[in-house]
Order: sequence, then C-alpha cells, then structure tokens
Amino acid sequence: MSGGLTFLDRPNSYIGRSVPRPNARRLLEGRGTFVDDVAVPRLAHVAFLRSPVAHARIAALHTAAASAMPGVLAVVDGPALARVCAPWVGVLGHFKGLRSAPQHALAVDRVTWVGEPFCAVVARSRPEAEDALAAIRADLEPLPAVVDMETALDPGTPPIHPELGDNLAFERRLEVGDVEGAFRDAALVVEETFGFGRHTGVCLEPRAILADWNAADGLLTVHHSFQAPHMMQDILAKHLALPEGAVRVICRDVGGSFGIKVHIYPDEMATCALALMLRRPVKFVADRLESFTSDIHARDHRVTARMAFSAEGDILALDMDDLTGIGPYSVYPRTSAVEANQVVNLTGGPYRHGAYRARARVVLQNKAPTCQYRAVGHPIATMVAEGLLDLGAARLGLDPAAIRLRNVIPDDAYPCAGVSGIRLEKLSHQAALAKLLAMMDYDALRAEQAALRREGVHRGIGLSVFIEITNPSAAFYGVGGARISAQDGCTIRLDPQGGVVAAISVTEQGQGTEAVIAQVVATATGVPLGMVRVVSGDTQATPYGGGTWASRGAGIGGEAAWQAGKALRANVTAVAAAILQARAETLDIREGAIVDAATGVERMSLAELGRIAYFRPDTLPAGVQPEFVVTRHYVPKDYPFAFTNGVQASSVEVDVETGFVRLLGHWCVEDCGTVLNPLLVDEQIRGGIVQGLGGALFEHCLYDSEGQLLNGSMADYLVPMAGEMPDIAVAHVVSATASSEIGAKGAGEAGTAGAPAAVVNAINDALRPLGARVSRQPVTPETILEALGAI
Amino acid sequence: MKAPEVAYACPSTLDEALTLLSRHGDEARPLAGGQSLVTALNMRLAAPALLVDLNRIPDLAGITRRDGVVRVGAMTRHRDLGASDLVRDHLPLVAAAVPHIAHPAIRNRGTLGGSVALGDPAAELPACCLALGATMVLRGQGGERRVPADAFFLGLYATAIAPAEILVAIEFPLPEPGAVWGFQELARRHGDYALAGLAATARRRERGLDAVRLVFFGVGDRPVLARGASAALAGAGIRAAQAALDADIDPPDDVAVKGRTRRHLARVLLGRVAGGMLEGAP
Amino acid sequence: MEREHAVAFTLNGERVACRPAARTHLGDLLRAEFGLTGVHLGCEHGVCGACTILVDGRATRSCLMLAVQANGTVVETIEGLTERGAVADLQDAFHVRNALQCGYCTPGMLVTAAELLAEEAAPGREAIRAAIGGNYCRCTGYHAIVDAIAAVAEGRAAREGGGA
Repeated sequence: MSGGLTFLDRPNSYIGRSVPRPNARRLLEGRGTFVDDVAVPRLAHVAFLRSPVAHARIAALHTAAASAMPGVLAVVDGPALARVCAPWVGVLGHFKGLRSAPQHALAVDRVTWVGEPFCAVVARSRPEAEDALAAIRADLEPLPAVVDMETALDPGTPPIHPELGDNLAFERRLEVGDVEGAFRDAALVVEETFGFGRHTGVCLEPRAILADWNAADGLLTVHHSFQAPHMMQDILAKHLALPEGAVRVICRDVGGSFGIKVHIYPDEMATCALALMLRRPVKFVADRLESFTSDIHARDHRVTARMAFSAEGDILALDMDDLTGIGPYSVYPRTSAVEANQVVNLTGGPYRHGAYRARARVVLQNKAPTCQYRAVGHPIATMVAEGLLDLGAARLGLDPAAIRLRNVIPDDAYPCAGVSGIRLEKLSHQAALAKLLAMMDYDALRAEQAALRREGVHRGIGLSVFIEITNPSAAFYGVGGARISAQDGCTIRLDPQGGVVAAISVTEQGQGTEAVIAQVVATATGVPLGMVRVVSGDTQATPYGGGTWASRGAGIGGEAAWQAGKALRANVTAVAAAILQARAETLDIREGAIVDAATGVERMSLAELGRIAYFRPDTLPAGVQPEFVVTRHYVPKDYPFAFTNGVQASSVEVDVETGFVRLLGHWCVEDCGTVLNPLLVDEQIRGGIVQGLGGALFEHCLYDSEGQLLNGSMADYLVPMAGEMPDIAVAHVVSATASSEIGAKGAGEAGTAGAPAAVVNAINDALRPLGARVSRQPVTPETILEALGAI
Repeated sequence: MKAPEVAYACPSTLDEALTLLSRHGDEARPLAGGQSLVTALNMRLAAPALLVDLNRIPDLAGITRRDGVVRVGAMTRHRDLGASDLVRDHLPLVAAAVPHIAHPAIRNRGTLGGSVALGDPAAELPACCLALGATMVLRGQGGERRVPADAFFLGLYATAIAPAEILVAIEFPLPEPGAVWGFQELARRHGDYALAGLAATARRRERGLDAVRLVFFGVGDRPVLARGASAALAGAGIRAAQAALDADIDPPDDVAVKGRTRRHLARVLLGRVAGGMLEGAP
Repeated sequence: MEREHAVAFTLNGERVACRPAARTHLGDLLRAEFGLTGVHLGCEHGVCGACTILVDGRATRSCLMLAVQANGTVVETIEGLTERGAVADLQDAFHVRNALQCGYCTPGMLVTAAELLAEEAAPGREAIRAAIGGNYCRCTGYHAIVDAIAAVAEGRAAREGGGA
C-alpha cells in the first residue's frame, strides 16, 4: 500500500465509520424505483393460473372464454410456452446422487403443488388478466399427494416423479472419529428430536419482473427484483435460446430479498418467454397471496440427535439424523440440497469434540419448493447443538455459559478444522462469549432470575454459540457446474471534476452494499465520499459477478472495490507525478487532492488533474497516457469459505398460565472481521435476529393432509412485528480474514443463525423447574401449554 | 389480487341507501369503513354487484347521550370511539377494547357499525356490545326496529340484520351504580385477532358480584355470553365459574390453534378478569 | 349503476380529477394515474402498512379504500409530505439511524410515525412499538425505527422547550 499506510489509518479513511447510506435518501422520499415503478410503453400484465390442488394430471384446459374477455392479449398454456422456454433440472455435480425432474415454466402435464403455475393470461391490465383467469376451466385429475416428509420414503408412498423410482432426492452421510466408542464410554448421553417448521421470506416487495423484448435491437431487457443479475442473464439466455449479449438484467431497488430472490421461478421465466412470444413488454408482480404459495419456502426439518458428555462436561460426540422435505422439485440452479448439506457441515461446528456422525435425507413432497433462505441451515445446526448442550449442562449441573466456555474451540487454536472437516481460519468464541456475558451482565441476570422464580415469575436465559458461512469461493456452486459467479469486479472511473463512478457487480437490497462500496472506494482512491457514485445491478453496466447472497457483498465486492481503488490511485498519482515532476511514491490522494505524502501539503486538486487529462491532454508530458478507468476482480482463494462466529443471548418471561412468551432482551456479539460500517452491520444483525425470532416463535407455513396451504395470507402467517420484538444489543469482536486486504467477512446471516436457539433455550430455561421443555419450532403458546401439560 | 368488477353508489341519504339495497337485494352490499369488505373484494372472496357506500350519509356517525343511553352512530370510526369523552366516562369497557382493534390506520377508518354488522366472532366490539347489553338500531324501508344484542349475533358472520336493512346506531345503557367491567384478550401479536378474549360487566355487591355478563370472543362462531360461568361467578366465585365455563363454550380446532387451547385460555382470562372485577380494578 | 365515477380531490396540495373504476383501490389509482410510486403495495389486504397515506389528515391504508371514495378528500402521500417538509425531521432521523434497509416499508412507516407524533408528543418506546405494530418491516428488526422516532420526539420537545 502506498505510503505504508493500512486502510484503517489512511488519513481520509471511511472504513469502520458509521456513515449513513447515501442511497437511502431517495427511499425516504418515496423515490425508489422498484420493478412495479418502472414505466414502459405498451406494457402488458400477466397473471397465472395456479394449481388449486397438490398433485393432479392436467387433463384439459378450456381457455376460449378467457381469450375472448376484454383486454386479454393472450392465454398461454404449458405446452405452448415450452416451445419458447426450455425446462431445467435443479441438480449440481458436487452433490453426489442429487436427483430432480425437469421443471417447466408452466406445468405441462401435471401440477405438483398448490400454487404451481400452469397457464398464463396476458392482458392490458392486471385486473383484466385476473378476470380472465376466473373464466378458465381446468380439468384436473387428482393424483396421490405426498405431503408428510416422514412417510415420503415409505415403500407404499408413490414417487412424485415415477422415473426417479422413489422420493429420495439426496442423502449425505458423514462419520468422523469413534462415534460408537464415544457414546459407549460417555458419562452422559442426551437426546432430543427437534422440529423446524416450514417458513418463508415474506419480502415486503413481492417478487416482480418486467421483460421487454425489443426485436429490432435483439435485446431482452429485464427489470427484476433479484439478487444476482448476471446469473439471471445466463439462465435466461440458456433457456430462451438467446445469446448472452441479447439479455440485459437490471435490478434497481429491491424490496427485501433474504435469499428469496436468488432462485429461478417458473412464473418469472414464463414472463420473459411471454415477452418474446408477444413481442411487447410484459410485467409480473406476484400478489401477496400467490407469494405465499410460489415463493420458495425454507426449513421444514426434523432432526433427531444425541450428544455424549464426559462427567466434567466435555462434549465427546454428536450424532444426528436430519430429514427435510423440499417440495416436488429441487430448485434451479442452486438446488434444494444445500440446506441439509449445511446442517451436516455446521452442526457442532463451534466445539472441539472429535467424533461426529450425521445423516441427512432430502425428500420430495407435493408442497411449495424449498430452497436457500437467509442463514441456510444455520439456525437448524445451531439449535441442535445448543439445545443438546443445554440439556447436558442441566443434567450435569453446569451453568450454560460455563459449559460453552469449556467446549468451544479455543481462540488460539486457529487455523484448524471443525469436526465436519470445515476449514476455519480464525474464530473468536472465547472472546465473544466473554464480551457477551459482560455486556448482558449475565451473573446479575441469573440472580434476578432466581429471585423472581421464588415469586412465581418464570424467566429464562438462553445462549447460542454459532458459526456462519460467508464469502463463499467457487466451492459453493461453481465446482458443481452451476454458472454462478464466485468472483466479483469493480470498475472505477475518475471524472473531470474529481469525482469517481464505481460500478460493482455485487448488488444492493437495502443491506447497504452501495454505501460500503462507496466507503471503500473513497478510502482507496482518496476521493471524498460525497463525490463517489456507485452503480450496481445492471448486467450491461457493471463487471461480471455473482451478486449478493451468502453474506458475500462486503467481503468479496468490498475487496474488489479496494483493489480497483488502489490501482486507480496509482494510475492517477503517476500522471500527477509526471505533471508535477515528482516521484509518484512521494504523492498521495487525500480529500480529493494530490498531496505530498509526507507532509500532506496539497500539490494539485483532482479537478485540475481531470481538466488536464480530459481536456488538455496535449499539455501532458510525452508518453503519458492517463488510464483513469480501472477494473479489478476478487475471489477468495485461501479458504473455501470465510467462517465467522458469534454468540447470542435471549432473556424471556414465560406466562405459564397462557404459554405466552415475552421477549425481554436480546444480545449478540459477533465477529465478521473488519467492520466496514458499524451502523449497517449492527442493523443487519438486528434484522437477522428478528427474522430468526420469527421462525422460532411465529412463522409457519401450515399445510393440511391434502397439501393445501392453510395460512397463506399476511393476516394468518405471522411475521414478527414491532410490538413483540425486544431491543437488541450488538457488539463485535474483530478477527479480520487474511484472505483479503480489507479483511471483511460477511454479517448478513449471523443474526438469523443464532437467534432461534437462543430464544428456545431461554424458554426451556424458564420451563426447566416445571419439568417441561419444547423442541418444535415455532414455539407457540399452545406448544408451551402442551409441554406444561396444561391442555 | 385485484377486486372484481363492481358497481358503486354513494347515496347522500339513508332512504336513498335503503332504496338501493332493497332494489338490488342480495347483489348489493353496504360499504362502511371497508377494512374487512375491501379486503374481501381484493381477494375476490366477495363479489357483490353493487356497493352502497354509507360514508357520505349525514347523521350516521356521532356519539350522543340521551334517555339513559349512549347512542353511537354506526359509522362512528374506531378512532373516534376510543377518543370520545362520553365513551371514556360511560363506556370504559369500549374505551379499553378499542386499542386492541388492529392498528391505528385501520381504526382511523373502520367503524363500530361495520364491525358489529360483520359479526366476526373474534372481534372485540361485538363482544363489548353483548357484554354491555346494547341495543342495535336497524332501519329498513319499513321503518326502524331495535334488536337487543342478546338476539343479534346468530352465527358465523350471521346477524339479525334483515336483507335491505342497515344498522344505523348502537345504544348502550348507561352503567348503573356499582357497575364494574373487565377486558382482556390474548393475541399472538398486538392487533391480531385474539386466540381468546373476554369482555365482562357486572355489578359489585358488598360481597361478590351480580348481574355478571362474561362475553368471550374468538372461542366460537359468534361472541358467546357464558351464561353458566356468569351465574357461577355471581353465586359461587371464580373457580366455580371456570368450571362452569366448560359447558358454555366449545371452541373448534382451526388453523391457528386447537379448540382446547382456546378453552384453556378462556378459563385463564376468566380468572384474571373476574379477579380484577372483584378487586374493583379492571 | 355506474362502474366508473368522476372523482375530484386534493392530492398533495393540487386539485385533481379522474374517473376510476369502482373496483380500483386508492393505492392503485395513486400509482397508476398520478405516478405516486412512493405508495407501496405490499399485501393489498390491509395488513402490511406499506401503502399507508394520509386521507383528511388520518393515516389510511390506501389498499382498503376505494379510489372513488377519495372524492372530496384531501390526500397526501410521501411525495407530498416530503415536498412540504412535513416529515423532514423523521426522514433525517431515519437516515442517520439507518432505520430503513430496502425502503419498501418506509413511506408507510413515516406516515404512521408522523400521525403518532402529531397525537402524542412524547411516546415511550413501548407506545412507539405499538403504534408501528401494524407496519411490517422485514429488514431492520424495528429497533432502529423505534430509536429514530424517539429521537424525533425528543428533538421536537427540545425545540418547543427552547422556544418557550
């Protein structure tokens, strides 16, 4: 680094500062541009006929009446659409044995879940399209529905896709160390079956896509509420048989995503195909009711697990069996095997036991497809280990904090491998635990709990130690054959007035990606933050990259921006040196000016340099060619993933008469390496925690035995609201990754990873004196009353 | 999720509205605050041919005290109900219930009459009307009739309002000396429909209570006056009332929760609300 | 009976007139007819609160009011409130405190907060949480929003106190 400065002590560093997001202002004024806000001439609207049953053969579709309705432009069924849009299969090479069946944008001969689209109406307006939907008659012949994942593999259960032979999509087994021996010799073995209800993302802006085929330009322009524009471009090109350059995907403001908006959805592919077929722009905005049946769902796991302890409280071994139902298809292109795979990789990951056995089975069923949603697998893995640990601690008479401090991999043991084989560069469980216990005043809280218990008030404290996968390399998807970029790039251009424009391939959905990139670019280039513009979310305007998912935006996109910024600074100082007849290494750029690096004295403003370079290049010394546009890319290479860690605590009061739980407080200490912007990171953590609390206490996609979703509206599907959520204290330990210069790891999923285990452990801590415990999420008042034997 | 085609009329008099309803029969629906009806329209769960908007009819809203009653116009918004001095002074049960109805923006537009006429079994205000022994004032083309709350709620979303009749006002008797009341509900989230709720009135005697009316909501197909429990509370106390409650209510299982959970919660609420009324602290 | 009706109302300070279909809700009209895309439709069944606007000064779910019912009313959306500076301190506080992420809930949240502070000068955190309890935010976890609204309440109290 020039001048021997690190990024933190560069004189005008914005890194580590709580800078408000420059791009938030427009959102505060209602001036964002979400897909539904994009104005396009001749826009047509599509609405989809969705299966009302879980599994049926499409015998006939009668669409003539609908076609004749006012405003209707086209009624298109599955076979017609399949002539334009090729089907896909959601499998990856590195998940050995993973199987699924070809999936069409509109179901062709069978519908396989309630909500699967199988016919499209395009009309001049959405109300007219919906009017026409009501006039379509579909003859559906019922087929047996596979609903319960527990019986999906029974010999008597018919396979959803007969060509697969059964409903097992994927199975993984892992055995490390002498598991049998450890359980045989253990002083204590605890066992529990954990249930994780199916839930979904409920992005406040529903999924939305607008596809505009301009045949004259040979360009399909797609406005998409999405996280990964280049991935979408690649897949559209492949399945619509277009060259890559004929597809442009633009993701402007995105109203929440959380992993929901990174998958290939049949209705969205159909919308793009319809734009090609009709040669006019077509828009699809999922309404809230169809969001519940057509957005991906997540979780839906049942884990039976046991943990072996020594008499002193050392974890000796962990043995678990995970079963998960993923719907009728593995979702394209990331597949629906990832969550179970992560459960296997992560369970018990913070701890130093040497024996581990895991089996995960992923089964098909006639419910909405599941796939990656925020903190994929993490809340499950964390709950299993943390729940068992608390059971063990209680049986051994150990304090929950003490047993964790005893068992975590010590902070001085890194780098090392976790029991499942995961490679850990640098974690900080001990420091994080110590900080958390001090921050929450653990001992005082315990004393208060004991005093209140004597008065019949049932409070509980729950702890949850977790690890999080961030900054994935190509090991996540690329090695399995998915064309999902693991590398990202940043292009920075110095403009004549001395400002810069940075185009970045990671994307913004509100987490603050653009703000963080701006901070990094300002720091690296020496340009004031207010003169940095960031462009993202446009396949034609940014370098090629993966977008934002798996907590990768800051760590990977940020490093690309840092490297590009440094390179631009070097180019700019070189030209300045030529003009000033100084040696480049004696110059720096600070606050928008070329300065003497040693003294900080200004030598020349960037605006003056820009003027010369762009408008009077004739005055430059011979042989000097300014290159004021620089692109750099970054992909993590040292480790497959940058693991982070953290610990959360929850304090609750349980009304043992009603089963209602009041959240009194929540604390989180986490370690995402370099904290680029504490304001943004802390809110990522808080938002993630509340999503985790939602899954733990409220959110549940409830199906009946016929495969009907029973609570698919916002009134019936309960997401956490302000009135029930606690204030949340957040703090950090910093273990920067050495894989990059900025040292940032991800933080987007830490909150969701650890919150459910913390709150469920707190509830069980409150219930323990009453001899009751809960293990099935969401933990509702009814669950608690049943555990207490009150009903 | 767009509403189906519908016609709309915005009469400026009650007679005009009644004529429209009479002429169009089942095809017409009166539109009050719209906080439930427009939802049903948007979801295409309701598809009336005609909406008769009651929002521009003078004198349908407002709160007055006269002849021993507080009369609340049917189009009085929840927000105005909650902010009314008359309601706070004479109908503290209603004032206590209002903050539990959904959220501020819904209360700004939703109306007492709309809520009562819809007759949602989990709603707060129908239960309050029943607990307070209110009288529903109905107008049809044939004139006005008055239906006591006890005879008004007939089943799931079914009330005594006849076709082409409009609920124009609700009259609440002024509380007698010694009147006490209690209100509690258990909702998963603030503003949600309750898993169980209880609106109660009684008269405090030197020892115990009489004239007890325990009205539960969210536990059946309509607000339920628990006659057995009410009598037991007056005669024998809380435990007896809780025991008697089992015969008064029979909540069914549903998506959200099992019937026996609602039954248990109702019993807990009874204990808490009755305890408060006995102590005089609602 | 007519399925379209002429309506005239005051929208963000301007007199406007149009002829919506009876089935069109006010949120759709404001977006489609007047380009007020700050009105966000998150559920169209009155639950999420993103489409909340002011009608005659009261916070109203624009998805639960028919466009024809706007006749004769005064309607304000986030665009109008921004223009006349009515929520400027709230916007500043939300910005500084990062009380928004994706921004989809934000217009409705600001309208709800504005009504709260107009009615209650010094709400506690619990009152703030109850008031915004009908506005979904899926991103922030609410803590920052509560902080921002509380800060504005304090700021307004200090300004008024200082002027006394």
